[in-house]
Amino acid sequence: MSLLEIESLEARHGLLTAVQGISLDIEPGETVALVGANGAGKTTLLRTLAGVHPLAAGRIIFDGQDVSSTPANLRVAAGMALVPEGRRLFSTMTVEENLLVALSAKRDGPWNLATVLEAFPQLKPKLKAAAGTLSGGQQQATAIGRALMTNPRLLLLDEVSLGLSPLAVQGVYDSLRTLMGKGTSQGTTIVLVEQDLQRTFAVADRIVCMLEGRVVASGRADEMTRDQVMAYYFGHRTPAAHEASTA
Amino acid sequence: MIWLNQLVQGLMLGGYYALLACGLSFMFGVMRIINLAHGSLAVLSAYLLLLLAERFDIHPLLGLVAVVPVMALVGWVLHRLVLERSARSGALLPLLSTFGLASVLDNSMFQSFGADTRSLAPYIDTLSYESWTLPGGVIVGQLSVLTFVVAVGLLGGLHLMLAQTALGRRIRAAAHDADTAQLVGVDARSVYAASTAIAMSTVAIAGAFLAMRATFDPYTGPQQLIFAFEAVVIGGAGSLWGTLIGGIVLGVAQSIGAQIHPQGFLIAGHVIFLVVLLARVYVADSVRRWIRTLRLRATTP
Repeated sequence: MSLLEIESLEARHGLLTAVQGISLDIEPGETVALVGANGAGKTTLLRTLAGVHPLAAGRIIFDGQDVSSTPANLRVAAGMALVPEGRRLFSTMTVEENLLVALSAKRDGPWNLATVLEAFPQLKPKLKAAAGTLSGGQQQATAIGRALMTNPRLLLLDEVSLGLSPLAVQGVYDSLRTLMGKGTSQGTTIVLVEQDLQRTFAVADRIVCMLEGRVVASGRADEMTRDQVMAYYFGHRTPAAHEASTA
Repeated sequence: MIWLNQLVQGLMLGGYYALLACGLSFMFGVMRIINLAHGSLAVLSAYLLLLLAERFDIHPLLGLVAVVPVMALVGWVLHRLVLERSARSGALLPLLSTFGLASVLDNSMFQSFGADTRSLAPYIDTLSYESWTLPGGVIVGQLSVLTFVVAVGLLGGLHLMLAQTALGRRIRAAAHDADTAQLVGVDARSVYAASTAIAMSTVAIAGAFLAMRATFDPYTGPQQLIFAFEAVVIGGAGSLWGTLIGGIVLGVAQSIGAQIHPQGFLIAGHVIFLVVLLARVYVADSVRRWIRTLRLRATTP
């Protein structure tokens, strides 16, 4: 059974339809990358899945339960966590407080303060520092650690490398590789939005290309080429052409 | 010596204002809601304590054991039925709805208790008039000192709760960014309702001290709201210790104003409030622009 089933999902920003007709099944332990240009609807899709953006139409089934109208905090309690774009840390609270506040989800699992600090050792000396005073890489580590503290079965990562130095991005992805093997017996299921295609291909099992709010292509990462993805990214290629080329 | 006496009396009065204002400040800090029914709810608490004192001969401070939970429940219901719904439509609607609530409360209390001026002073024995004489001949009322101590204790308790407890972390997270708080499992609705309940508990305590130190009637609430509002603005909206400082500044200004002129009590308080408000708007803005210019010069080659 799929961990996440998305059926004909539609989301709007006012009168503008940002995402439409999205149907996806995500299997336990899978790492799925959403790629697409700015405005393709990736962030809106993740926010809608997490419950902080209203669902206009369609259904979201998580772990066999329809969570389409479930509040965001109860989706977290069910095992879904989002690391939002721009980190969105509680900047006046300390790193430790940012991590501990996630215990509100009250989920048992392998992640706690000690294991998060083990995964992100750069946070250890900064535990008592205000989150707003950290470097970009440390802030991103805190944001991911905070999401992990909820012991998610599904982790939604939105642009984790945005605004970070190459060294910090490397650190974040090294930690991600560690957590992919942790959590449930199949590992943590991840849906990530990433602009860096090289890294996307390195970590993802499946790549889903989005253009103007729709899924235009989807396939296993080892069966797609960077040029194919780029073509969908810029809208130079249609879904029909993709089906023909992969047939 | 007169001025020292006025300073000490102002300090004690500031404690009362801080006590009155801390719930208002707390609600604004957490939910960005200005509760215009704050003063009326304090008067409602005073009437509840008066009922307990008159009917059952219960000391007002002991009566708080019953009234604080009742007001906390009132706060929870108030949030769920009024504030939560009105806050969805922006900042104006909570203002209007709490203004309406204040009118309903004031007139309901008038209907129920009449227009007579009442006080809890007769029910607290010698506490209402006993005093201590400090070195230098400055006299301070025991009730004033108790009010000040309770204000500091309450603000300190709230500060500790916010800093040290899981509920405090949840409240601060929701106050900072409710959407993101939800994303880490915080039920922002419940946190806001709990915050309103906490604020109403402090209102109950403030109502008790209002009624023990002075007289009140069904229409005392709006005037008390103005004092609380001024203390919050002077001290910095949403800051707990700022509220204590704001209350003290207001109390000292009123006390010294009263010494200068018989009508100076209220005028001095309003003047200091306006001065702080205008300084915040104009001076702070000018200082920010000046710092920005200096930074720009420093970075321009």
